[in-house]
Amino acid sequence: MAHNRRTFLGGAAAFTAATLAAPAVIGQAKPRVVVIGGGTGGATCARYIAKDSDGAIDVTLVEPNATYYTCYFSNLYIGGFRTFESLAHSYDKLTGEYGITLAQTTAEGVDRDAKTVTLASGEVLSYDRLVIAPGIDFRDGAVPGWDLAAAEIMPHAYKAGPQTQLLKAQIEAMPEGGVFCMVAPPNPYRCPPGPYERISMVAHVLRERNPTAKILLVDPKEKFSKQALFEEGWQKHYSGMIERIGPDFGGANVSVRPDTMEVEIDGTVEKVDVCNVIPGQQAGRIAHVAGVTEGDWAPVDPFSMATKADENVYVLGDASAQGDMPKSGFSANSQAKVAAMHIRGALTGSRVFPAKYSNTCWSLIDTEDGIKVGASYEPTEEKIASVSSFISQTGEDAALRKVTFEESLGWYAGITADIFG
Amino acid sequence: MRQARFIATMTLLASLAAPAFAQLAGDADRGEGFWNQCKGCHMIGPEARNRIGPPLNGIFGRRAGAVEGFKYSKSMARMGSDGLTWTFETLDAYIDNPKALVSGTRMAYRGLKDPQDRADLIAFIREFSDKPRDIPEAEPSIVTSQPQLADEVLALQGDPDFGEYLASECGTCHQGDGSDQGIPSIVAWPEEDFVVAMHAYKQKLRPHPVMQMMAGRLTDEEIAALAAYYATLEPQ
Ligand SMILES: Cc1cc2nc3c(=O)[nH]c(=O)nc-3n(C[C@H](O)[C@H](O)[C@H](O)COP(=O)(O)OP(=O)(O)OC[C@H]3O[C@@H](n4cnc5c(N)ncnc54)[C@H](O)[C@@H]3O)c2cc1C
Repeated sequence: MAHNRRTFLGGAAAFTAATLAAPAVIGQAKPRVVVIGGGTGGATCARYIAKDSDGAIDVTLVEPNATYYTCYFSNLYIGGFRTFESLAHSYDKLTGEYGITLAQTTAEGVDRDAKTVTLASGEVLSYDRLVIAPGIDFRDGAVPGWDLAAAEIMPHAYKAGPQTQLLKAQIEAMPEGGVFCMVAPPNPYRCPPGPYERISMVAHVLRERNPTAKILLVDPKEKFSKQALFEEGWQKHYSGMIERIGPDFGGANVSVRPDTMEVEIDGTVEKVDVCNVIPGQQAGRIAHVAGVTEGDWAPVDPFSMATKADENVYVLGDASAQGDMPKSGFSANSQAKVAAMHIRGALTGSRVFPAKYSNTCWSLIDTEDGIKVGASYEPTEEKIASVSSFISQTGEDAALRKVTFEESLGWYAGITADIFG
Repeated sequence: MRQARFIATMTLLASLAAPAFAQLAGDADRGEGFWNQCKGCHMIGPEARNRIGPPLNGIFGRRAGAVEGFKYSKSMARMGSDGLTWTFETLDAYIDNPKALVSGTRMAYRGLKDPQDRADLIAFIREFSDKPRDIPEAEPSIVTSQPQLADEVLALQGDPDFGEYLASECGTCHQGDGSDQGIPSIVAWPEEDFVVAMHAYKQKLRPHPVMQMMAGRLTDEEIAALAAYYATLEPQ
């Protein structure tokens, strides 16, 4: 009860059109949850809170874009296996069927003492619990010569949308026998197999359209996820097309020159035709603004996803530092359900069960050649810890790979329905 | 009544579960203290190389006796070719009592007896191997612990509300409306068939790595709850 009252006072102090317009009446305000970010983590959390509380909690989702484009399967779009439209998801069901209020704007400020969020519109929302799920931003200066403005020339395509379309168009317009270069990110970054699935999809397109073209993968990491599987697949399907420059050969010492389309690798300058720069990453800006990060990410309680800095503020998905889970859509969705249950428990006294987390990431190497990696996790005092894992094997037959690919289609349909209703 | 007892048992379960898990997950900072007992012979970190003992970078998931250029005891080399791989469990056993695991090992170490101390040391060593966060298929960090369930907790059996919560994890892949696109529908599956199938995954009788993993960590009660919940659903 105490914090409902405090919220009301906070709301009154902020005294804005929003609080006036809200149906809440003195002394009987519904508990309020504000979710910043309508991506995988945020939208899942908003939906689960709204769905399971049957209207007892007021949920506002803050998201500037009217349409969410999933990063998952965006590589398949580049490879020509999915349409761009098939990546698009609207918030209509979340607002229409689940009664979630959508504030279509950016959150700019968080006042954790007053428990308010300030939006770009100037509107101020008060909350009892705040969920921050802004995904990633790129670290300034992560790749010398590259900044967000340069992304118009050297796209990152690591937040799906126009960037993905740009990269695909560039690949398709490459001159015959041209060079595609990817600057891969250092750990940790969203979707560990993502860059390597993308290399596979680019190779698939080039093999069909431009078979003498070359792919240069500049990588600061010694190892990467599903490495043996990707390398086997590249050998099998795209023999001779892909060259990977790891840290032993200067892969960690890279700068780019967007004006001249050059990449400098350990002092050697390469002229390239397309350059996909995926820079080092950090939690989305608003998590830093809210003061819940330590370094690049926001540490959270493994049992609930509440931040270490503030038990009323949760951080989900890529922006969180939780331990062993990779930054993936599957992870963000899994974490969101745990947070939603805890938030409902705190605000309405509903039952709180022990947290369970899991992740599986499918990747496509070539037509119907699907692979997967996954693990399950348990919360511990120290971190969310992996307790078991599995991975596709090298040398699997085509029938199994096809079934794995088909599973990924089912997963996509399942998770997007789970997120957006 | 049932509700009240349920809440009581959940609280009990939560309070049982937390310390049980905590014991297994080590504190790497504390573990660094125990590293002092190792560092006379072993190196770890970017500059590590063979000394009296082999370097311990990347030890998680590595075959025993596999560091190039290091001269192992016959015993350790044989354990490696027999298939001993370093995991949380095998390292834990080895650090507890080296000669009990590898009889002829040259490692002259009397062992670290306290399980928490070992877990902390292993957590420290773990920092220098592939991180599951970056390489999800990397060797797990801890061993799963199924907290011993008190009789009361068995009241959870077949509780569809609990099942509904657990099902939020299934719903990531298996669609709630019963549609079947590459991943089979489990909506309205008869309760008993559901239970049998899940136990078959749990015991790895049914193949499929994702399902073996998911079922492997479900308790009997959780499986019953899921079965009870899915049986109530109707395909749309
Ligand atoms: C190429 C690629 C392939 C991938 N493939 C897979 C895959 O196969 N499987 C898988 O599980 N994962 C995959 N991922 C990873 C997955 O996309 C991310 O891990 C996931 O989207 C993370 O969810 P999130 O909620 O943390 O962030 P996001 O989904 O990025 O959502 C963040 C949202 O917050 C909004 N936002 C940010 N700041 C603000 C603000 N200040 N105010 C309001 N809104 C804000 C953004 O507009 C965005 O909509 C892939 C990623 C990439 C790049």
